[in-house]
Amino acid sequence: MTETTNEGRLSGVSNFFAGVGNRWRGLPKWQRGIGFLAFVAFLYYLPLLGVPGLTWLRTDSIEGGNNWAGVLFTCAVYVLIALGLNVVIGLAGLLDLGYVGFFAIGAYAVAIFGSTQSPVVKSLQDKFDLAPEWAITWAICIPIAIALAMISGVILGWPTLRLRGDYLAIVTLGFGEIIRIVIRNSTNWSGGPAGIASIPGPQGAPSADNHIFGLIDAKPWYWLALSIVLLVVFLVRRLENSRVGRSWLAVREDEDAAAVMGVNPFKFKMWAFAIGAALGGLSGFLFASRQGFIEPNQFNANLSILFVAMVVVGGSGNMAGAALGAVLLAYLPERFRDFSEYRFLVFGLALVLVMLLRPQGLLPSKRRARELKDRQEEVAVGA
Amino acid sequence: MNFDELFGHLGQHTVDGLAKGSIYALVALGYTLVYGVLKLINFAHSEVFMIGTFAVLGVWNLLGADGTQGVAMTLLLLAAGLLGGALASGATAVAVERVAYRRLRQLNAPPLIFLITAIGISMVLSETFGIWQGRLVVGMPTLIKQKVAFTIFGTEVTNTQLITIVAALVMMFALDQFINRTRYGRGVRAVAQNPDAAALMGVNKDRVIMLIFLLGGLLAGAAALLYSVRYGNTRFNVGFLLGLKAFTAAVLGGIGNLRGALLGGLLLGVVEVYAATLTQSNWEDVAAFVVLVVVLLFRPTGLLGESLGRARA
Repeated sequence: MTETTNEGRLSGVSNFFAGVGNRWRGLPKWQRGIGFLAFVAFLYYLPLLGVPGLTWLRTDSIEGGNNWAGVLFTCAVYVLIALGLNVVIGLAGLLDLGYVGFFAIGAYAVAIFGSTQSPVVKSLQDKFDLAPEWAITWAICIPIAIALAMISGVILGWPTLRLRGDYLAIVTLGFGEIIRIVIRNSTNWSGGPAGIASIPGPQGAPSADNHIFGLIDAKPWYWLALSIVLLVVFLVRRLENSRVGRSWLAVREDEDAAAVMGVNPFKFKMWAFAIGAALGGLSGFLFASRQGFIEPNQFNANLSILFVAMVVVGGSGNMAGAALGAVLLAYLPERFRDFSEYRFLVFGLALVLVMLLRPQGLLPSKRRARELKDRQEEVAVGA
Repeated sequence: MNFDELFGHLGQHTVDGLAKGSIYALVALGYTLVYGVLKLINFAHSEVFMIGTFAVLGVWNLLGADGTQGVAMTLLLLAAGLLGGALASGATAVAVERVAYRRLRQLNAPPLIFLITAIGISMVLSETFGIWQGRLVVGMPTLIKQKVAFTIFGTEVTNTQLITIVAALVMMFALDQFINRTRYGRGVRAVAQNPDAAALMGVNKDRVIMLIFLLGGLLAGAAALLYSVRYGNTRFNVGFLLGLKAFTAAVLGGIGNLRGALLGGLLLGVVEVYAATLTQSNWEDVAAFVVLVVVLLFRPTGLLGESLGRARA
């Protein structure tokens, strides 16, 4: 069979990844298991990285570079975001340009309920005569963050998911901005433009006594984030191969056909949206607890587009691809600092080039690559 | 809620909103034209507008505008700014179409891919200007000093408001006539109705698509001039919010419908100014999005209904 035009370009990358992927899938199950375990062990070992020949990877190997474990933590949070957004964009095929909104809701959930300096906690202290150190425990803030993000996802999705796909993009973009403006304007419960400080970690409010989850050593934070990422990978994988995952696939490929076959498109889009939002909230939660301080301008619309770029450049629909995209986009500007001024320019270029030359992304999901190819062949037959 | 201020000077705020809305309407036309024909939200259109403002600034600096010139020079500067802005924006829009969208059309890419490409291009353009021109607000010479042009029913209309509204209305009328009465316009409507049938009837589809991008770009350039006259500054990301609101205006009036873009733009401008007056500008930007969501909920096809193809059916 003759190759279509798209296959020729970037074929080096494509063949390399395809070769590795096929070989990997060809291995016996126990070997894959061992390989996976070794990879996970390596991930846990990463912050201590000292193998000669690999130390150049560390961001503190350059002058003025950031703390290596801190960068790894950021990468892990971005991977978590990419996994969540991948459910929405990659699996269900919905373009969400307001993902930063859910991220902000998660971050503000822990700030508003967990920080002793938040206006909400202060008014609760006054009302119930509590000690000035009282605030809602970090662990309880996790379900609050997830629930709030999920609820806002449902509220946003309810009116918009019935619409055509391209309207969704613009409404979500507006949603991300609305969240930021609401937070900025509501000084009496969100701290307004000044933000909220002293956001708790697993060991409570930030203080010099926190030996494990302190402000200086980021390694435990990274290990925590990595563990959550692995858990989420496992859960999303189960979801992908379930009835829900198949329904997403059907809705993405042909909504009308799916509806005829008894899959309710609205219901499953809503599920994808809610699950994506929950993961966005969770990652915002982690981000805020490590930062200790957040303010509304950290959640601008550029970040949303950066998130979309991670998933799309890496390969939407494939968790490994989305994760790769997230790591690349979080890590490269840290390691190559000279280029960090140009990071959004380079990401924009990457987005355009990937879409034009390799729309399935660097590490594509097999099925998605096939869908794109089918469409190309359709037009070839028509012309 | 500052109701006294709003109702005390209702006429004033309405005129202000109409002037603001005229700029939205001109940019909204670009979205509507492209959407009507290609069913594509051209995210890069906001950057087309942004480049227009920088072109206007460049032309003015080149001609040495400093706000002290006489009437003849002011008119010359306005004309030169219009020409420069429209040409720069038109060229950008056509270039975006040639570089990105044409290839995607050949590949029959799904709509998601078009959207993401458009976002990428938008990012590349605005970042290029952010790096080149700096990230701060760039001031422009004040070409026309604000003056009350005339008073009607106790409402003062300033000269810049008058120019903005009249210029926008004239351009909208010209575009409407062009689409509805000329040979090229017929081609545009034909492709919007049914691209394949139009191609069989001998309409050059690629040329029509280039034409709509050019028209959208020219109007965005004109909007850029009016914006520069009215606000007297620009910035690398000036297109982001304005583009979002212009798109909202297009949806509000019925995307794909030229007269709808005018109606939507003016309405949105007025709503925004009212909201800004009521809340001391805090919730101005939220008002636009709330309008968008409410319209999509109750009338997804907009106020006048969508369809460029049936513009004169």
